[in-house]
Amino acid sequence: MAVVGDVDRWAHHAEPAGEPAVIAVRGLRMRYGSVDVLKGIGFTAHRGEVITLLGPNGAGKTTTIEILEGFRMRSAGEVSVLGVDPGNGNEHWRARMGVVLQSWRDHGRWRVRDLLYHLGRYYVPYSTPERQRPYDVDELIQTVGLGEQAGQKIASLSSGQRRRLDVAIGIIGRPELSFLDEPTAGFDPHARRDFHDLVHRLSDLDDATILLTTHDLDEAEKLADRILILAGGRIVANGSAGQLIRQVAGQAEVRWSRGGEHLVHATDDAARFVRELFAQHGEEIADLEVRRASLEDTYMAMVHRYETGHVEEAVTGFEGASR
Amino acid sequence: MNPTLYAARLGLARGWAEFRQSLTDPQQLGFNVFFAVAFVIVLLFQRDSTVEGTNVSLAFAVLPGILGMLVAVGGLQGAAGSLAVEREDGTLLRAKAVPNGMVGYLTGRVVSVSLGAILGLVIIFVPSLFLIPELTGIGLTGWLTFAWVLALGLLATLPIGAVIGSLAKSPSTVNGLVTLPIIGVTAISGIFYPIFALPGWVQAIAQVFPIYWLGLGVRSAFLPDSAASVEIGASWRHLETVGVLGAWALVGLVLAPMVLRRMARKESGANMEARRQRALQRIG
Repeated sequence: MAVVGDVDRWAHHAEPAGEPAVIAVRGLRMRYGSVDVLKGIGFTAHRGEVITLLGPNGAGKTTTIEILEGFRMRSAGEVSVLGVDPGNGNEHWRARMGVVLQSWRDHGRWRVRDLLYHLGRYYVPYSTPERQRPYDVDELIQTVGLGEQAGQKIASLSSGQRRRLDVAIGIIGRPELSFLDEPTAGFDPHARRDFHDLVHRLSDLDDATILLTTHDLDEAEKLADRILILAGGRIVANGSAGQLIRQVAGQAEVRWSRGGEHLVHATDDAARFVRELFAQHGEEIADLEVRRASLEDTYMAMVHRYETGHVEEAVTGFEGASR
Repeated sequence: MNPTLYAARLGLARGWAEFRQSLTDPQQLGFNVFFAVAFVIVLLFQRDSTVEGTNVSLAFAVLPGILGMLVAVGGLQGAAGSLAVEREDGTLLRAKAVPNGMVGYLTGRVVSVSLGAILGLVIIFVPSLFLIPELTGIGLTGWLTFAWVLALGLLATLPIGAVIGSLAKSPSTVNGLVTLPIIGVTAISGIFYPIFALPGWVQAIAQVFPIYWLGLGVRSAFLPDSAASVEIGASWRHLETVGVLGAWALVGLVLAPMVLRRMARKESGANMEARRQRALQRIG
């Protein structure tokens, strides 16, 4: 498991033979003036993978995504996205990816269906027999749950509906790679579940690679094949939710009651502890509950571990992480 | 299929769509009606007086200047205003995220701003037809002259407007950079009264900018040739008109792609978010 200091070990892990990575990043640095925002990031993403980028506000998530999208030049490091350096990506390269922006009020006078249809047509010249572009507009509108709003002006949408439209615009060109920056901000639980289904369909059926940021740790756990935690401009963890949880907060919490008394015990091996508990007290045990550490516990522990190890670079802005 | 040409074609459709949307936008509609009413009132008052020494009605003499000015206002303000607004609200970033989206966006803007400017002319022209009987007597030559003055006028102002819109920090900066100077230049460009009323050095300044030449050009299209006698040099000066408007067009067409490219390159979500925060502070 990656902790601060041996990040490079993860730069090229588990690369399937023969197939080039969709995203390959090595030693990525970004400096604004005298401030280092990214201090040497490395990771890879492969076809069909869903990767979630977590981290406190100001950790460099958006900067990282914008460099990969080709919207921002980097200070140093090697970056390859769909086999191309994003600094030199042409329009054909652009057509293969989708970007979900943090928008707010653009195209307010357009109607939902009209805008989606218009933006989709830019992808027509890049359609191939294997990958028909764009998606069917009406199907996509149904998929993101905007069927009833298709004829509405965009300015009249609620923020959650607007975000669904952003997602639809981001994937209308049937991208091989999607960048989603906080795609579920403002979603109600139902919209959130729909979105999770959509992400699974894109990655499973369409073999799309997806890199998304979120502040919702449950969402990260549900969606991600792999989670990257970014803190203070470095990747402090890289692995599946399960791996991260086992690594950092390996302990489970066992709660039970005996003779009206409520008890708690933290253990590395919950199964064994419970077995011994029953062997010792048998039927006196009631209200048994085993609680594994959650991704949230893990996240907090990792960022905390990073912080205490690097007091001089303390990361600020935790309030966003628990939103 | 060439993707760039294809995107330009999408841009034409985009421009038409945005123009149509502007027709039903209440704010835009109110603005247009207000403008039409204001000018009609001005023309009503001028209808019965004639230009000194001629039998041309004052309204007929002033209208072409107003139309010329509106071309300049439409081109400059339309381009600068929409670019500044759409940079702030994320339309441009959206265009950048789509293959050849910038080509489509800019084509669309040229179309919609041009159509908007022409609509501004029509709104004044149609009621004028009822007030100024001479307007129906403009021959084919007059209309052809009007057409090239209009086209050249848009070429001279639209790219410059785009440059200003790309450089402006926010939509409100555009007001300071475009609206106020336009009012100032209009005041000295002989639109509402003869330029002769002004000192020579002010006349010289006015002749640097497109508004005077657009007014002169439209006057040459609509008014009888005898009316040229009250112009500077007692001539319509078509050659000079083409020269000055052409120079502005050239400067704009050279600068605009460079400035727009630079602006588009620097456009990112983080920048937009920063502008959004500033805008929300203004609004809140």
